[in-house]
Amino acid sequence: MLLELDDIHKSYPGDAGPAPVLRGVSLSLEAGQTLALTGESGSGKSTLLHMAAGLEVPDRGRVLIGGTDIASLGDLGRAEMRRTRLSVIFQQFNLIPSLDVAANLAFQARLAGREDHAWQTQVTRRLGLDEHTAKYPEQLSGGQQQRVAIGRALAVRPDLVLADEPTGNLDEALGDEVITLMLDLVAETGASLLMVTHSDRLAGRLGSRLHLSRGQIAA
Amino acid sequence: MTRTALSALLSHWKRKPFQLLTFVLGLALATALWSGVQAINAEARSSYGRATDAVGGGAGEVIKAKNGGPMDAALYGALRRAGWRVSPIVEGWVSVEGGRVRLVGIDPFTAPQTAAAGAAIETGPSEFIAAPGRLLAAPATAARLRTSPDLPPVIDAPEIAPGIAFADIGVAQALLGLEGQLSRLIVVSDQTPALRSLNEISPDIERQAAGSAEDLARLTDSFHLNLTAFGLLSFAVGLFIVHGTVGLAFEQRRPVFRTLRTLGLPARRLIGLLVAELMVFALLAGIIGIGLGYLIAAALLPDVAATLRGLYGAPVEGQLTLRPIWWAAGLGIAILGTATAAGSSLWKIARMPILAPARPRAWAMASERALWAQGAAAIGLLAVALIAGTAGAGLVAGFLMLGALLIACALLLPLILAGALRLAQTAARQPLAQWFWADTRQQLPGLSLALMALLLALATNIGVGTMVSSFRLTFTGWLDQRLASELYVRAEDDAQAGRLLAYLTPRSEAVLPIWNVEIEIGGAPAELYGVADHPTYRENWPLLSALPDVWDRVADGSGALINEQLSRRDGYGPGDDVPLPGGALTVVGVYSDYGNPLAQVLISPEVLTARYPDVPRLNYGVRVSPDRADALADGLIRDVGLAEDNLTDQAALKAFSIDVFDRTFTVTGALNVLTLAVAGFAILTSLLTLATMRLPQLAPVWALGLTRARLARLELVRALVLATLTLVLAIPVGLLLAWVLLAVINVEAFGWRLPMHIFPRDWAILGALSLVAAGAASLWPAWRLARIAPSELIKVFANER
Repeated sequence: MLLELDDIHKSYPGDAGPAPVLRGVSLSLEAGQTLALTGESGSGKSTLLHMAAGLEVPDRGRVLIGGTDIASLGDLGRAEMRRTRLSVIFQQFNLIPSLDVAANLAFQARLAGREDHAWQTQVTRRLGLDEHTAKYPEQLSGGQQQRVAIGRALAVRPDLVLADEPTGNLDEALGDEVITLMLDLVAETGASLLMVTHSDRLAGRLGSRLHLSRGQIAA
Repeated sequence: MTRTALSALLSHWKRKPFQLLTFVLGLALATALWSGVQAINAEARSSYGRATDAVGGGAGEVIKAKNGGPMDAALYGALRRAGWRVSPIVEGWVSVEGGRVRLVGIDPFTAPQTAAAGAAIETGPSEFIAAPGRLLAAPATAARLRTSPDLPPVIDAPEIAPGIAFADIGVAQALLGLEGQLSRLIVVSDQTPALRSLNEISPDIERQAAGSAEDLARLTDSFHLNLTAFGLLSFAVGLFIVHGTVGLAFEQRRPVFRTLRTLGLPARRLIGLLVAELMVFALLAGIIGIGLGYLIAAALLPDVAATLRGLYGAPVEGQLTLRPIWWAAGLGIAILGTATAAGSSLWKIARMPILAPARPRAWAMASERALWAQGAAAIGLLAVALIAGTAGAGLVAGFLMLGALLIACALLLPLILAGALRLAQTAARQPLAQWFWADTRQQLPGLSLALMALLLALATNIGVGTMVSSFRLTFTGWLDQRLASELYVRAEDDAQAGRLLAYLTPRSEAVLPIWNVEIEIGGAPAELYGVADHPTYRENWPLLSALPDVWDRVADGSGALINEQLSRRDGYGPGDDVPLPGGALTVVGVYSDYGNPLAQVLISPEVLTARYPDVPRLNYGVRVSPDRADALADGLIRDVGLAEDNLTDQAALKAFSIDVFDRTFTVTGALNVLTLAVAGFAILTSLLTLATMRLPQLAPVWALGLTRARLARLELVRALVLATLTLVLAIPVGLLLAWVLLAVINVEAFGWRLPMHIFPRDWAILGALSLVAAGAASLWPAWRLARIAPSELIKVFANER
């Protein structure tokens, strides 16, 4: 099993005491599997994704990546896990504004010490970014920026891609196009994909789907 | 991983070179002002040390004539025969181009192992001793000596203190016209036990502590402390720029930090890289700052040297030497400054949760809570100032009070400005005016650091300016009172003094003796003067407090007048007995004595000569109607043969005194201007950085129908309004600063208190200057706004942004 979330609980402080966001969520993802996580706003989708990425730690429950409980890794271990085995794609792209497109695309692979020029060139071409490698993020459209974010995530050939509403900032047509590119590249690398979305249409394009409601997996 | 992360962090500066320039320049300016002042202080202190070492080799004691005058050279032989290990010194001044040089005659064979003795032996004893002899001096002093054709050949001796020349004692006696006389004898430290007492050898000599370096250090300490305080203040103003720049750079890079952490860069590595990045910039800025500091010090040192020579007789040459310790200290202060300025930003990053909001916010959007916290800190600092002012004592307490007051006022500034802008917004009726005031208030957090720097600079200007101008006004008034005689004459010897008196008595209204000896009161040096009973003193002397019949009591020998310095130093007041050699006298009055570093006592000439029968009676003040003063002076030169150098008219003496005064504060004035320039730079950098963040606020107003040119004009007006409000607040802060300087710091540092005067014209000039600085600083950002492409403004509304 590549990813295993076991009985995850998470609360945040609120005006009237701790406000539970996740209440005993469990799910698992095999290598090469793609899974969409849907749910209304505030259902805890993004929080669950952050737990899977080791960006947040659950109050209760276990997050296992390749059988390793990430709670046991500490900050350094979790950072290494994110660098080498995972890639996260955010709705807001989170590119480095002071680096050009080429540097942004190669960034995580370089950080992980796994730069593969031939693969990076292929990814760049497949994403239609070869004309834009010398540009800076602010000079790109939203769709182009999200393609760079996808390219950065896949240039490192991760085991697991975690995508948080990757098309949330794009219109429907552009969103479809970006998702197609992402799914193709994910399939090509053999990575698993866990994607958070509120779009049933996009969710339908993935291998399986789970619906989250009020912090729990709905039947 | 490290290299990749570092390249991402550094790429920010590559894309924002102006921000990098601001950071490096801000820190460099701060370091420059601080290290420049330190260089001046270090140079002066080194000169004092070398002066003492050169003359006495650190010898603890000297033998001098009790009357303070020269002593017979035969005494040297008598003492040596009695087993005393002593070395003779003769000392005086020689006139050269650009002033005087202190000439010291030594015996190179018996002198302690000093720089001068070493240099003399190195020169070759026979050349040094045999006529015409040689003079040894520091290169700059040697160059001045060579302009005088009457002097022996001069040899450069860099190890000798500036302003002093050494010669063999025989050569020096001839040059100074002191054949057969000595100024003092240095007592070598390892004396044979059970020597004959000095009193048995001659009753007219006594053994005294040497300690000229200590005296100089003590006298000049307060001067250096004032300079250091000013340097520190300038440094603090510079740090506002660095703090603002680093804070902005960190805020702008928050999304990058978050991305880096998300992509797997550990927090500790991120902090380590940021610290390394800052340290590299700090070192770069430090090196630039030290270079600039050297230029500032080199430009200011001649005036400081002239001040120290004029006020304290301290031997400081106007040339600067680069010292390794100064380099190290400059780099150290740059790193310390960066750490201070960046500490809070680094702390925030270290504690920032990995998923903290990526949007830059804190730099430009300080919360109400932060403002109130700032206000609370200001009140705490005001309490510290109050406690330091009431319960503390000494200069440190004075400066603590000053520092706490200034920082408290700076911290209060944004709160007060926010209140004033809220009032203006409430009073505004036009929508554009309402938007203007509301928008200005919104800009306040982003500009507050620069405005605080401006407040500090303006308040310092007003405070120090008020102190200097008050001092000058009081000083010139006091000079008019003190220098009442129209002519001042100095006879070469008693015989010439007799001829002078015989010539002057029938031709003048009065001839007033100015006789004095150097004494010690409470272990510290003091001057004891005899003054005649004459209306010149009765009508003019600037008394601060006095008993009734003050002048009658001085004249009948039962009373003494003391200067304010002695009164404050040892706590004597009218009615107290002041201990004097030969018996205590009652203090009958206290007078102001600005600029004098020493304690001074005035008694009747009869009491002075009774206690010191050998007091030199060579100096006199001459009262004569001003229109006859020149003719009388000519007559003294022509008929009595008085050397021109020995005659000073009142106007020349006043001009000299005021010149010394003005040079004293040249360095203060220069630092004032530099601090204001640094504050202007802070405003410029803040406005430019804010300009890039302001588009989302300006674009909607532009879309509603305001032209870019009009928006730019409003930006200019905004800067001027904020600068004006800051100036208005800086005036009371500056006056408070002036009061602390005059009533607390000055009293602690120099021993006298000055009346405070107000100079509104100076404020008007400063106000105009600050508006010009703020206007100039806002001109560029405004011009850029006026010319911004509409597409840039439209981008704000685009979803893609």
